[in-house]
Amino acid sequence: MITVNGLEHHIPETLYETKLSTWLREDLALTGTKIACDIGVCGSCTVLIDGEAKRSCKLYLKDVLGTQITTIEGIAGEDGTLHPLQQAFIDAGAIQCGFCTPGMVLSALALLMINHHPTRSEIRQALKGNICRCTGYQQIIDAVEMAAKHMYP
Amino acid sequence: MPLIKLELEELPALYDPEAALQPDAPLINEEHGSNICNYHCVRTGDITEGEEDADLVIERSFNTSRVEHAYLEPECGLAHFRPDGVMEVIGSMQHPFSTRRFVASTLSLSLKDVEVKTVPMGGGFGGKDDTAALVCARAALCAYLVKRPVKLVYSREMSMRESYKRHPYTMQYRMGLKRDGHITFVKVRMVADGGAYCSVTPWVTWRSTVQCCGCYMVPNVHCDVYGVYTNNVFTGAFRGFGSPQVNFAIEQLVEIAAQELGMDELDFRRLNMVKQGSTTITNQVLDTHTVSLQEVMDKVLSEIDYETKRKNCSYGDPAMDKWYGIGLAISYRGMSLGAEGTDFNSAIVNVQPDGSVLIETGVHENGQGSESAMILIAAEELGLDVKRIRYRMPSTSNIPDGGTTVASRGTLLGGGATTNACRILKGIISEVLEKQYGKKASSFVDGNILDENGELICAWEEAIRLCYNKQVYPYAFGVFQAPRVSWDEETGHGDAYFTWVYAAQAVELEVDAKTGNVKLLNIVAAHDVGKAINPELVKGQFYGGMAMGAGYGLLEEVPLKAGTPIPTNYHQYRVFRATDLPEMTAIIVENPDPTSPSKAKGIGEPTLEITAPAIANAIYRATGARYYDQPIKVRRPRP
Repeated sequence: MITVNGLEHHIPETLYETKLSTWLREDLALTGTKIACDIGVCGSCTVLIDGEAKRSCKLYLKDVLGTQITTIEGIAGEDGTLHPLQQAFIDAGAIQCGFCTPGMVLSALALLMINHHPTRSEIRQALKGNICRCTGYQQIIDAVEMAAKHMYP
Repeated sequence: MPLIKLELEELPALYDPEAALQPDAPLINEEHGSNICNYHCVRTGDITEGEEDADLVIERSFNTSRVEHAYLEPECGLAHFRPDGVMEVIGSMQHPFSTRRFVASTLSLSLKDVEVKTVPMGGGFGGKDDTAALVCARAALCAYLVKRPVKLVYSREMSMRESYKRHPYTMQYRMGLKRDGHITFVKVRMVADGGAYCSVTPWVTWRSTVQCCGCYMVPNVHCDVYGVYTNNVFTGAFRGFGSPQVNFAIEQLVEIAAQELGMDELDFRRLNMVKQGSTTITNQVLDTHTVSLQEVMDKVLSEIDYETKRKNCSYGDPAMDKWYGIGLAISYRGMSLGAEGTDFNSAIVNVQPDGSVLIETGVHENGQGSESAMILIAAEELGLDVKRIRYRMPSTSNIPDGGTTVASRGTLLGGGATTNACRILKGIISEVLEKQYGKKASSFVDGNILDENGELICAWEEAIRLCYNKQVYPYAFGVFQAPRVSWDEETGHGDAYFTWVYAAQAVELEVDAKTGNVKLLNIVAAHDVGKAINPELVKGQFYGGMAMGAGYGLLEEVPLKAGTPIPTNYHQYRVFRATDLPEMTAIIVENPDPTSPSKAKGIGEPTLEITAPAIANAIYRATGARYYDQPIKVRRPRP
């Protein structure tokens, strides 16, 4: 069993050797998980596994049995209201092409869950594993700071 | 199957452009008849006179490297041969119209039988033109043959191996100087490695030719630029397009010149830089817009406190473990395509019966925010809330070919067309209102239409209802044609670009005296954008360009083995991460451009083109050593 965004999925043994990133995108149609390097160095495929940011292209389904997985599709409110982090990314101008954004948001969320008031340099450290080629990161750091203030006033 | 017998003979390969230029070199593309892909020149004034006038002559050579675009989304294409006989393609591309051309040519279809629909793209930076179109054409060929929709997605390894890179340049400069600081001449020879095929080498090298002296007035110029075929991976369009290479050289050269003259490098720049009404080295008079070079430079110098901090520079002081340096670079840049080619774009504004608005332009959303820019331009022009306007993702079957979304021309050209379309639309609506109410519409504000006295004629929705009742479509097609440009290949003279942008950036950094590691501490940039349509996204272009430019200066290169890229993925091709970059400051300067209907110019490329030379100048002030090769690897200064 793997729980993805609150929904339980039974995993037959034939899928054990399937990459988590492939399964999320192709079997569950959760295409917000992006694949850019497929070797675990760019962070585009980041998901939360039991609250920790992990690279889904480096994991096989057998590695994540029994876990709770959150993808970018799972963080907005049930009524579609964006998560404060998502809204902050928009408000801060932190999105250009958007390809790194899901991974960035989830890495930032993992940080904010354990550190409610990170410094800018702590945010940079937490996002070190996520490559962005468009923004120079500046407004992404702004967005995380903005969201932290909103989420943990 | 007939038997095929292959006989292969391995010819000597040419990896060095200088070797490819030798008269006895084997031809790489025999049909071209020469390994010189293209040649451009500038001949201004009299170089002999310039030599005679000079009190001092300096000579330096500079080399720049191949660079990978490293857009996060690899190339992909999805093709579907529709029952109506149209090949429909979506994909990760920067130019739907070249994709359409490639697909049509591959399948021997006419352009009307291929429809390329655009979807937002995961980064391009100039890199998703020809290669991306090829990937789509291959997907289309497969779909055509197997009669099923076909999706083709590249792995990063395929992408890095096949895609074109930034042109590496070798540049030899000779500059003459008067004691009073004036430049008397520049003689320069540049060789650009175009690789095995010709993508846009003639145009990349043309920009380098026009801008070969940077943003300075030089009375005597002798410039020769060669694009050369080699057996290396081919090179093509990349954000900056022939200017980052030149600026890396010239912005160091002017500081070397000032130093040799014993002059302040800021005074030297101020003396020689183009000003309002100046004549460029190609004989273009800069009088159709505000020449704001001095303004952007002063803003950066003041924001970073350059002159105070310059006193703290280390110049390789042997008593120190960390060396501090600050550096500046400035530029001008011709906007859009210039005399490269036809330069026009169109927009459709289509108001629906409920008053909501669909707009579409021949500009592509590369992630830079062209959709929101067009919406904001239309909203301001029509006096409507942005929520009333939707940008319809363009289709090549619906909007005319607007050229490729490159050259920082999206907002300038597409925005110009959008402005013009909105103005035509307002004329149509006004005519209907005048017939009905006998009042002339004068302004469209906050969803209302007002007469010359500022009195309400009617609300927007009512005006639109009236149009439909009177059987008049509130629909307009607007075009923006770039003003005339010119170029003479023999002399290298002409009005190369119809308008120009001006930029300054300064960098502070620290060099570890033991390891040579460079740590960026601060980057400040000021760019004149004409008018900032979406200030947050304009700043995003600043920061992203500076980050990429800093990577160009310190890190990025694609080494080759037998002409083929060695790096296969991000573990070998490193780009800057969040921890490698300092906090940056973006100063938006706005001098509305009279040649641009929306008053906006462009910002995508200027932000990248001077960060590396600013870093080089800062490294000089930190270490006391000049580095002529990009990326800069500070040699371990102490054993």
